Amino acid sequence: MAAHAPTGRPNQLFRNLNAKIASIPMMLVALVIFLGGTIWTVFYSFTNSRLLPRLNFVGLDQYERLWASSRWIISIQNLAIYGILSLIFSLVIGFMLAALMDQKIRFENTFRTIFLYPFALSFIVTGLVWQWMLNPEFGVQSVIRSLGWTSFAFDPLYNPDIVIYGILIAALWQGTGLVMCLMLAGLRGIDEDIWKAARVDGIPMWKTYLLIIIPMMRPVFITTLVIIASGIVKVYDLVVAQTSGGPGNASEVPAKYVYDYMFQAQNLGQGFAASTMMLLTVAIIVVPWAYLEFGGRKRG
Amino acid sequence: MNIRAMAAALAATVTLPLGAAFATDLEVTHWWTSGGEAAAVGELAKAFNATGNKWVDGAIAGSGSTARPIMISRITGGDPMGATQFNHGRQAEELVQEGLMRDLTAVAEKGKWKDVIKPASLLDSCTIDGKIYCAPINIHSWQWLWLSNEAFKKAGVDVPKNWNDLVAAAPALKKAGIQPLALGGQAWQANGLFDTLTISLGGKELYEKVYVKKDAEAAGGPDMAKIFAAAAQARDMAKGSNVQDWNQATNMVLTGKAGGQIMGDWAQGEFQIAGKKAGTDYTCLPGLGLNEYLTTGGDAFYFPLLKDEEKSKAQDILAAAIVDPKTQVAFNLKKGSLPIRSDVDLAAANDCMKKGLEILGKGNIIKSVDQLVSADTQKQKEDLMSEFFANASITPEAAQKRFADLIGSAD
Amino acid sequence: MADISTLNTTVAGFDAVSSRLASGPSGRKPRRMLSTRNIVLYGTLTVAALYYLLPLYVMVVTSLKGMPEVRLGNIFSPPLEITFEPWVKAWAQACTGLNCDGLSRGFWNSVRILVPSVVVSIAVASVSGYALANWRFKGAELFFSILIIGAFIPYQVMIYPIVIVLRELGIYGTLTGLVIVHTIFGMPILTLLFRNYFASLPVELFKAARIDGAGFWQIYFRIMLPMSLPIFVVAMILQVTGIWNDFLFGVVFTRPDTYPMTVQLNNIVNSVQGVKEYNVNMAATLLTGAVPLIVYFLSGRLFVRGIAAGAVKG
Repeated sequence: MAAHAPTGRPNQLFRNLNAKIASIPMMLVALVIFLGGTIWTVFYSFTNSRLLPRLNFVGLDQYERLWASSRWIISIQNLAIYGILSLIFSLVIGFMLAALMDQKIRFENTFRTIFLYPFALSFIVTGLVWQWMLNPEFGVQSVIRSLGWTSFAFDPLYNPDIVIYGILIAALWQGTGLVMCLMLAGLRGIDEDIWKAARVDGIPMWKTYLLIIIPMMRPVFITTLVIIASGIVKVYDLVVAQTSGGPGNASEVPAKYVYDYMFQAQNLGQGFAASTMMLLTVAIIVVPWAYLEFGGRKRG
Repeated sequence: MNIRAMAAALAATVTLPLGAAFATDLEVTHWWTSGGEAAAVGELAKAFNATGNKWVDGAIAGSGSTARPIMISRITGGDPMGATQFNHGRQAEELVQEGLMRDLTAVAEKGKWKDVIKPASLLDSCTIDGKIYCAPINIHSWQWLWLSNEAFKKAGVDVPKNWNDLVAAAPALKKAGIQPLALGGQAWQANGLFDTLTISLGGKELYEKVYVKKDAEAAGGPDMAKIFAAAAQARDMAKGSNVQDWNQATNMVLTGKAGGQIMGDWAQGEFQIAGKKAGTDYTCLPGLGLNEYLTTGGDAFYFPLLKDEEKSKAQDILAAAIVDPKTQVAFNLKKGSLPIRSDVDLAAANDCMKKGLEILGKGNIIKSVDQLVSADTQKQKEDLMSEFFANASITPEAAQKRFADLIGSAD
Repeated sequence: MADISTLNTTVAGFDAVSSRLASGPSGRKPRRMLSTRNIVLYGTLTVAALYYLLPLYVMVVTSLKGMPEVRLGNIFSPPLEITFEPWVKAWAQACTGLNCDGLSRGFWNSVRILVPSVVVSIAVASVSGYALANWRFKGAELFFSILIIGAFIPYQVMIYPIVIVLRELGIYGTLTGLVIVHTIFGMPILTLLFRNYFASLPVELFKAARIDGAGFWQIYFRIMLPMSLPIFVVAMILQVTGIWNDFLFGVVFTRPDTYPMTVQLNNIVNSVQGVKEYNVNMAATLLTGAVPLIVYFLSGRLFVRGIAAGAVKG
């Protein structure tokens, strides 16, 4: 092999060949499954397919019906509220916990395991436990009332106005541990010397985090962001287990709309139209960002 | 895309290696997983195993909405099971049209299904283009009001004789700290309650206008407005139920925390398990004590088309066994549902079941909404009803307008 | 390939640096046990830990109660009479239709699904991430962007296309098919994870190895892998949890004799008819969660070691 590539950016075909061969599975998945599957889905969203995919085109009918549905509108609103809050709280709590864990504390292992263990439980189970804890009859509310504060009211799962926050509580409980873990891995990747230098310069700790450490952890934040955001868009099991979308339609989410219409209502066209709208929204946000993030920059 | 050819080809490659055994194994998928249900399935398996074949159980819990996607994926993926449960109605219609299901007409003729299966509408639901594609197994009806005798005693009022009595007793119940009506939060429960009000308060004629003829005018008319007004009353009475599952709501009636619940005949199993006695501990009112009509929902078994001859034969045997009188008695006694034939003896049935049988015998039956409209329409109705029942700010008039639109575009 | 020895020295050199950094006194913070800082620090952590532990406490306590006590009592009160019946029932007696052998029925199936799925998905994704981070070729970023968008597609939507693909490949209903499905759906996040991690490793390291004449796989196995323990641990946490807890794919893409444990869990937890046995539900939950929990516990040590090795980054 030639040992004198001067720029570190090889152009020889046979060198890249290995990388290309190694990337074949990735290319196949991207093209056949995700791109192919998406095109297939979009295609059939213009049909009136019921239980099975059929090529009977009805134009934009499915989309018109979708946007006329109050349940879909509620779903979108819920996703927006849940998404924004979940993103902020996951990042903030996850980072704070990681920063605390990074203070060379004792029992680090124990604390990490405690924060992470909820992630081991499936959403179905998480939903069940929190449904129980938040039940006004025998959960937190009844316990606090039995302690003497009889007017205490905390029944998020049965109040249409705040039910989405009840789901948020459970989601954060389950997911922040992983965020903490990712952040911790990122923090541990920061060189000690940076801390030393910051201390020598007399920069306060919070400022060091905010101005030096966090910008250095950019890749970790991006990974975390994608993990959290993709989880938000796909949120389904948790809602089903906690409220099944109720009370009424108050905690419906788009993924549930898609699934319910695909399989319960046996209206594939409607489900596909809804999932196309979801994908379109994601694409509008993600594509420009992905282009800037992954396409534009060059690396040595 | 020719699903039929591919499925058939794949079915052949997948099932061949397993088809060698003498007694044929037949995998049966269903969503009956609770104690009583499993016991009923056990009877079915026993009957099938007695024919020298082997029942391989493929239970998937979480009701039809969890199980159905799995069943459909496997059938379309070319790896079908030997038999699968669906509800009476139109859930498997397209699978049949796609040629993925086995034609049972020969079995049906041999067993004289056309003569013995009562009501005939059950077999109609199985029939597509003159051929029979499923074996009905039981009848479940929705139109039951379950009342807690204890709750009314505590509130100092008589146990209601019908729905109107319950509405009248609601203030007294509330005063005694008892929830007048228990209703679980899941959408299908609100929807079922509404359909029950339609038949029991509005009568057969109204029900058929709306769901058989899909008459949008009737759906928006004054008779239906009365039903919506009653639904709004029910909404007030059910406020504060704070439970999700239907059996948790039944449990409120069972323990006297709630006065009553409108729920299908499967609720009976809960009272039985708890050792409660009909008449003394609880009261059941079919047709809400007003119009004693029952809808004939329930379950049927469908048989995917298989290449393997042995398995196909076993499918026929299972289909025949399902309709067999002995299986019908054994299964339905355990399940708490009604048999699909009138020539069987259910002496062991309890009081509520006997009331149901009597109504069935009189022929006071109507097709269930599932049999009359598509799953899609039913789902939209569920969305509307669950929203209406959870949100007191939606007026009956507004809900009725949406309902009429829905019926107008129903299929 | 004459420069392996030099390469080894390079790696050894970094090892030396890393161990010095990890074990050497950093002297960042002076330690006093009861300083205000420590009180705030441990106080916050303890309060947070209590919040995370509360549901676990409820689960454990409930799983040790008998049904009458569950129905009457307050969910936070300790059991008056401890019973292990729910655990026995969840593991060995709970019925799934006609098969009354509890969670034990699916346990080994789950293991059989988990091990190849985790290994294959992580192997494929780490190599893809490495190729993306260090061996950029034309079009690679396009594929990657598609992959990232793929992470946002609800799984349920992909069931139909995947059923068709697996049917065409003739592997519908097989373990191979299921492993492929898990690899596919793990790929977006994992590839991103590895790509970003590899990209954050010092580029000089890669350049030095290239100058020493190392090729694609050599650099991957001799330099990247040894330095990537923390991210492998994170990837493992993600995959073990995701695949172990998966219900949808396990049940759609296999046959009943290979159903994973989650099918039984679902059957126990989701039986809508009959009395809801919360104590058995909770025991079943804890039993099902045990495998990921053990993996977390064991990987915690790896995590620490991996982090020590990764301390040279930056």
